Amino acid sequence: MSGTKSIHLVDTTLRDGSHAISHQYTAEQIATIAAGLDAAGVEYIEVSHGDGLAGSSINYGRSAISEEEMLKAASSVIKKGTLTVLLLPGIGTQEDLEMACHYGAKAVRIATHVTEADIAQQHIAMAKKIGLKTFGFLMLSHMVEPEKVVEQAKLFESYGADVIYVADSAGAMLPEDVKARIGAVVNAVSVPVGFHAHNNLTLATANSLAAIDAGASYIDGTCRGLGAGAGNCQIEALVGVLNKKGYQTGVDLYKIMDVAEGLVEPIMHRPQVVRNSAFMLGYAGVYSSFLLHADRAAAKFNLDPRDILVELGNKKMVGGQEDMIIDVAYQLAKKRGA
Amino acid sequence: MEKVKVAVIGPGNIGSDLMYKIFRSEQLEMALMTGIVESEGIKRARNLGIKTSTEGVQAVLADEEIKVVFDATGAKPHLQHAPLLKAAGKIAIDLTPAAVGPYVVPCVNLDQVQTEPNLNMVTCGGQATVPIVYAINQVSKVKYAEIVACISSKSAGPGTRQNIDEFTQTTAKALTVVGGAEKAKALIVLNPADPPMMMTDTVYAEVENPDEQAILASVETIVKQIQSYVPGYRLRVPPIIEGNRVTAIIEIEGAGDFLPKYSGNLDIITSAAIAVAEKLAAKILKKGEVA
Repeated sequence: MSGTKSIHLVDTTLRDGSHAISHQYTAEQIATIAAGLDAAGVEYIEVSHGDGLAGSSINYGRSAISEEEMLKAASSVIKKGTLTVLLLPGIGTQEDLEMACHYGAKAVRIATHVTEADIAQQHIAMAKKIGLKTFGFLMLSHMVEPEKVVEQAKLFESYGADVIYVADSAGAMLPEDVKARIGAVVNAVSVPVGFHAHNNLTLATANSLAAIDAGASYIDGTCRGLGAGAGNCQIEALVGVLNKKGYQTGVDLYKIMDVAEGLVEPIMHRPQVVRNSAFMLGYAGVYSSFLLHADRAAAKFNLDPRDILVELGNKKMVGGQEDMIIDVAYQLAKKRGA
Repeated sequence: MEKVKVAVIGPGNIGSDLMYKIFRSEQLEMALMTGIVESEGIKRARNLGIKTSTEGVQAVLADEEIKVVFDATGAKPHLQHAPLLKAAGKIAIDLTPAAVGPYVVPCVNLDQVQTEPNLNMVTCGGQATVPIVYAINQVSKVKYAEIVACISSKSAGPGTRQNIDEFTQTTAKALTVVGGAEKAKALIVLNPADPPMMMTDTVYAEVENPDEQAILASVETIVKQIQSYVPGYRLRVPPIIEGNRVTAIIEIEGAGDFLPKYSGNLDIITSAAIAVAEKLAAKILKKGEVA
């Protein structure tokens, strides 16, 4: 491996990380963290509700502040990096994307379930038209075989996506699963390929390295790993690991470590460790954002959250179906009571 | 019994399902299936002995006896069809997102809008969830309504997939305009599980002074009314009340007329459209407009 290869890093502390603090970022926290990430040299800084633009809702949890305020806070401090937003068709719309663009977003990641890329066609076309760097993002990629991931990645490419992401949204993949999917997509498309990890099986960094070995050149991470489920790939550690491997990221190791310890750690609601129910997400292949909702439903219906998560996995629930956690808990409780 | 002659424009999945439902109707007669090209749907109708055409809306305009027209094409074609049908004195039931006429959800506002020349059927998610919000709002003022519609990937055709923003926007609007919520939001999720899951919708409502017994009774009453035209409509989770928030989950099993039973999302909108047409037919027959 050549020692000069560059890896593009996307920090999603202010997006995926928002799941772990129930979407309660304040404008001040966003401005401080975004400024720190920017000064550390992070290339892409993602800021949105955890479920993307317009995600603030009863179903996914309400944000403490409006999306306009979040983006204003971030864009006012980002000088070098690219302010990035997330959009899930079915939740956010093209109007929301226009708003984000107005408040300074320069890139967008448009995410669909791994089999449903075609619902993003209009959004990708519109993002390209207004001049945004556009990522196609395939969620829960562990649920299908590499051939299917390739088919959907090619759809994104045909709509005009500049980068294709394979996301392990359930943190359910082993390194060989990552290599198979990333390798197949890298061979099939002519645009760069990225990988988004979750740490539910404690494999986020290992899987990110596997993705790079298979040809990925964009990798996601968050400070302290803050994110849905057991969290994401811990970006400050990843920067150090990539330094040791001889990759360039453009990120200053000490500065990003200082952001993680000095700015992010103090606002965390709990340490980002792999607790039982978070591990079960990866084990059962369940969307990481379900974690805190499942814990709450378990408390309400007097159930073990692991039973709820396993049942959600059996039912093949996909991202965005947080409402089905209530359904599953209600049906389990009813069965117990009967 | 006398019947009112109806036409279907757009011989796709929705149009074909409408045709089978018209066959079962005691008030409606399937007089014409029309499209713009020769297709499977046109062939199917012809093989069943139905008059067909590839002249689109023109074939409808050419037949004076046709009184009610279902448009199952798309928003753009319907914008062209609507003025032509109106000028010809035909009532249009619009199953596209064009929304030329008012939204109609049969168990909520059909009586108020049945004099309109053009009626819009909202979306499948709207047909499923607006009645629940309306029922809650009858007893406890709904400040905010939010719905999550989950449909199986197999039952989401290209029309839904390429217009997913219109789905969320139209559904949210109908939750306020017809359902009575002050504010509303709609979310849609496609689930590819195989075997396909049934259409499932979750309704959240934030209300003033929730009266649990009154909400339960009101929702149960409207569910029975919906079941009169969508027999597969069921409450999966009856209203749960926590503080000022009401949560209810419904599922819809399709009738399996033409589309598979998991396509409850398509069945609820075609069933609602038939319910509207039958109401109009009863009025037309009463007036003696049909010889």
